[in-house]
Amino acid sequence: MRDVAIVSFSQLPSVKAIDAADEPELVQPVTSDAMKQVGLTQDDIGFTCSGSTDYLPGRPFSFVAAVDGLKAWPPIRESHVEMDGAFALYEAWVRLMHGDIDTALVFSFGKSSLGPVPDVLNLQNDPYYVQPLGLDSISAAALQAQAMIDAGKATERDFADVVARNRRNAIDNPNAHIKGDFSIDEMLEEPYISSPLRKSFCPPLSDSAAAIVLAAGDTAKKLAKKPAWIRGIDHRTEPHALGQRDLTASPSAKLAAEKAGVGKGKVDVAELHAPFAHQEIILREAMGLGDEVSINPSGGALAANSLMTAGLIRFGEAAARILSGDANRAVAHTTNGVCLQHNLVAVLEGE
Amino acid sequence: MSEILSAPYVLEYTYTRSTGPVVGRFLESLRYEVLEGVKTADGRVLCPPLEYDEDGEPTTGEFVTLRPSGTVKSWSWVQEPRKGHPFDRPFAWALIQVDGTDNAMVHAVDAGKAKRMRTGMRVRLRWADEKDGTIRDIACFEPIAPFTPGPVHLEYDVNPGEHYSAYLRGLKQGKLIGGRDPEAGNVYVPPRGADPMTGNPTSEYVEVADVGVLTTFAIIRIPFEGQKLTPPYCFGAIVLDGADSPIYHLISGVPHDEIRMGMRVKAKWKPQDQWETSLENILYFEPTGEPDAPFDSFKEHL
Amino acid sequence: MAEQCAVIGIGQTKHRESRRDLSIPGLVRDAALRALQDADMTWKDIDSIVIGTAPDMFEGVMMPELWLSDALGAAGKPIFRVHTAGSVGGSTAVVASHLVQGGVHEKVLTLAFEKQSEANAMWALSPTIPFQPQLVAGAGGYFAPLIRSYIRRSDAHPDTGCMVAVKDRQHGMLNPNAHLHLNQTLEQVKASPMLWDPIRFSETCPSSDGAVAMVLVSEKHAGRVKNPAWVKGTSVRTERTFFAGRDQVNPAAGKLCAKDVYDEAGIRNPLKEIDCAEVYVPFSWFEPMWLENLGFAEEGEGWKMTMEGKTKIGDEMPWNMSGGVMCTNPIGASGMLRFAEAARQVRGTAERHQVDGAKVALGHAYGGGSQFFAMWIVSSER
Repeated sequence: MRDVAIVSFSQLPSVKAIDAADEPELVQPVTSDAMKQVGLTQDDIGFTCSGSTDYLPGRPFSFVAAVDGLKAWPPIRESHVEMDGAFALYEAWVRLMHGDIDTALVFSFGKSSLGPVPDVLNLQNDPYYVQPLGLDSISAAALQAQAMIDAGKATERDFADVVARNRRNAIDNPNAHIKGDFSIDEMLEEPYISSPLRKSFCPPLSDSAAAIVLAAGDTAKKLAKKPAWIRGIDHRTEPHALGQRDLTASPSAKLAAEKAGVGKGKVDVAELHAPFAHQEIILREAMGLGDEVSINPSGGALAANSLMTAGLIRFGEAAARILSGDANRAVAHTTNGVCLQHNLVAVLEGE
Repeated sequence: MSEILSAPYVLEYTYTRSTGPVVGRFLESLRYEVLEGVKTADGRVLCPPLEYDEDGEPTTGEFVTLRPSGTVKSWSWVQEPRKGHPFDRPFAWALIQVDGTDNAMVHAVDAGKAKRMRTGMRVRLRWADEKDGTIRDIACFEPIAPFTPGPVHLEYDVNPGEHYSAYLRGLKQGKLIGGRDPEAGNVYVPPRGADPMTGNPTSEYVEVADVGVLTTFAIIRIPFEGQKLTPPYCFGAIVLDGADSPIYHLISGVPHDEIRMGMRVKAKWKPQDQWETSLENILYFEPTGEPDAPFDSFKEHL
Repeated sequence: MAEQCAVIGIGQTKHRESRRDLSIPGLVRDAALRALQDADMTWKDIDSIVIGTAPDMFEGVMMPELWLSDALGAAGKPIFRVHTAGSVGGSTAVVASHLVQGGVHEKVLTLAFEKQSEANAMWALSPTIPFQPQLVAGAGGYFAPLIRSYIRRSDAHPDTGCMVAVKDRQHGMLNPNAHLHLNQTLEQVKASPMLWDPIRFSETCPSSDGAVAMVLVSEKHAGRVKNPAWVKGTSVRTERTFFAGRDQVNPAAGKLCAKDVYDEAGIRNPLKEIDCAEVYVPFSWFEPMWLENLGFAEEGEGWKMTMEGKTKIGDEMPWNMSGGVMCTNPIGASGMLRFAEAARQVRGTAERHQVDGAKVALGHAYGGGSQFFAMWIVSSER
């Protein structure tokens, strides 16, 4: 298998709402910036892949408009996944294995401000047994959080602790929008949205877009001083029904982490896509990430959460630390589905 | 800079779903208020029934009828329901393991109050009045208590009897009436049909004072069903001057740690225009400030 | 390419306007099980699943691969969902083949489906978005003007479209899985009402429920069957919906995509070196248009091949032996049906719609405003 690395990363600052931009206007700045960072143009790119969902704007085929943000002339090799951009990165990585091209552009975009996201996400549920009940994403996550408490694996104070740490980390991240030194005691005074989840334990909703350039072998070495090599990448899913899963553990994250080789060396930094505070606790345990690992220096999804982009941003943030030389071995993670049903894990390394 | 345009946009459609043999059978049975589960190849039972178990094996198609009750495996209280939620008043989401099954169902529990919810609690199914062939034919689940309710609601006409009526009529006039046994001389408040000691009717009515001795008392701290007052509060036995039996009433107007046996207390009446034929005309008894009665003078009332 | 990729199992549902007898999990399971049986494999043998379907709004389940994981035995495995509009069935197969060719997985189940009866494809295709007049009246409304342009540019015989309809439906009669079994004459087709002038009702694809699945394996496992179909080339190309000078009738992305796949498969003269093709023709006139776009005919000459009957089974260049999209159209699956039917031809398993001695076949899919293309070439020779 070829060596493939992340050589650049660009993101729009995550904000509550980007009013004055449609899809092409979100896509164009990040893709051109990611390419510019390594001196490339669309003509140099071998394959392009994006991640997005129709249900954010509520329009079928919404990703088609995004192509208008690219220079797709002459016609480009291009594909799309109806999943987070991190899975588009996975498809691009697979494509590069083919050997006939050396670079790929991956991007994703999502305007969570357009619709009622927690209700939209109800549509991920079983259409017979759960959708008609209107189980929104926060309530579903709450059932998982309560299960954690019942099992003695965490307390609400632990959740608040995760939130405080992430949002404090975000102070140094100009691209995150929920940041600061938040008081744990004050968080614990907030009313419940869906017990035991208080507002602070839930992610914000953000608009953003992000792009990454992948390159293979020698091309990667030419384009970046310290490419972030993808040493292992894997994803796994679990059964769908909440009532058939152990919600306090993540066997799919555990398996994906094993297959990606997380445990093979010391992990300096991990960017985990955990939209809800309790999920970070579950993922750390599943992936074997102890106290010595710096978790979510970017602030993670609790500081900025653009649906369909938050996962790709985890990859970008992890890679950024290797590209800058601040870290040598990083883990990037993305989740898909209700209560961590499906998980993608990658191990990135400097030389 | 030109104004940013924005307009509402509604995405809605009612899908008509083919359910297939397993889901279809389950939903059809709900119409008849029968709850069913399906057996897996390895002998487990799933409710709601799935066509394929978590290993991807098809379930057997063999159905079993289940009791419409189960246990809560996890839950979440929603104080302010969202628009699409099953209720527009506070309720709980829950994962409920129906009795006799090996998985759990997502549904709602109409528990009334958050504090009613507990992982491990028992719940029973409530059917929807109108069925539409979906999972909503199960309206929700509701808590099962370990005790069976025994509501009692009986409507009577109360006739307090001659003597008690005299007492009540006295209260309406701001008086406390006792009844004396002419033979033994004991004054009972309220008057009774028979002196407990002699059996004679306490037929002589006398007025007693609205001041007396607090012989004993209790400070009530625990809340209970039907309680009208907020604890803590004090309740005591008062032997009114001129009476030989105590009445019971609230003690107030004094910190609880200063209330003493033998304390002299006086009735605090409601404003006269609020008087009815009831002891509630007296709000409570409060200390008079006099020295306490000596113990010997009231010990027989204890 | 690190590895060779072979198709050793193919399965599809009986396509119908409405498969009321099956739920969506049942539908995908049906196709997947047939593909596994064809490959003599079980669920446990599969390393990874790649699934494709058109917009989630068609079924009203967001990211259906999450819900379908149990039906596909996916717990503990990677499952991936591709969505490239109408070409999705094709690009899904392309992604699946890359997993094998790139050495990432050895045995991949790929599947595409649509259960259109649960919704309304016209509704899903014609959203009323604020600030835009509702011009789109389904796909037919979008393509009719292009077809009009083609007829004008090429001075085509006006019956060309109807000839395609007759031929595809006659092929469909030979295919028990096809949705439409219509034995129509040219006169009957010509007499059918105009829907979006110049597209008649009989020249339009149906709306179907259906699923199709394939098992793709590395060379190591190809020996499980006697007749694997080897994937000799794959390609995808995209161009923007609107730009100055765009030729939507003979799109550059289609031409370039064809060139890519021919180059990879070592084909210089498609008409001579390809034995048959399954091509995405949802409205009759796309046959002559694609004959030109894919290099089987010179520009402006494609309609002549159709009129001369050359695209019938038994003639020089059979196209859509299965009856094509004109007989069966579960939108998300249609692209993969083309790829799968092409593979059946070179495996010799196409039964009554088999082209004798077919060794090399082309599978083609397109989507969006004629802007997304996916293709593959399969061969009976490694």
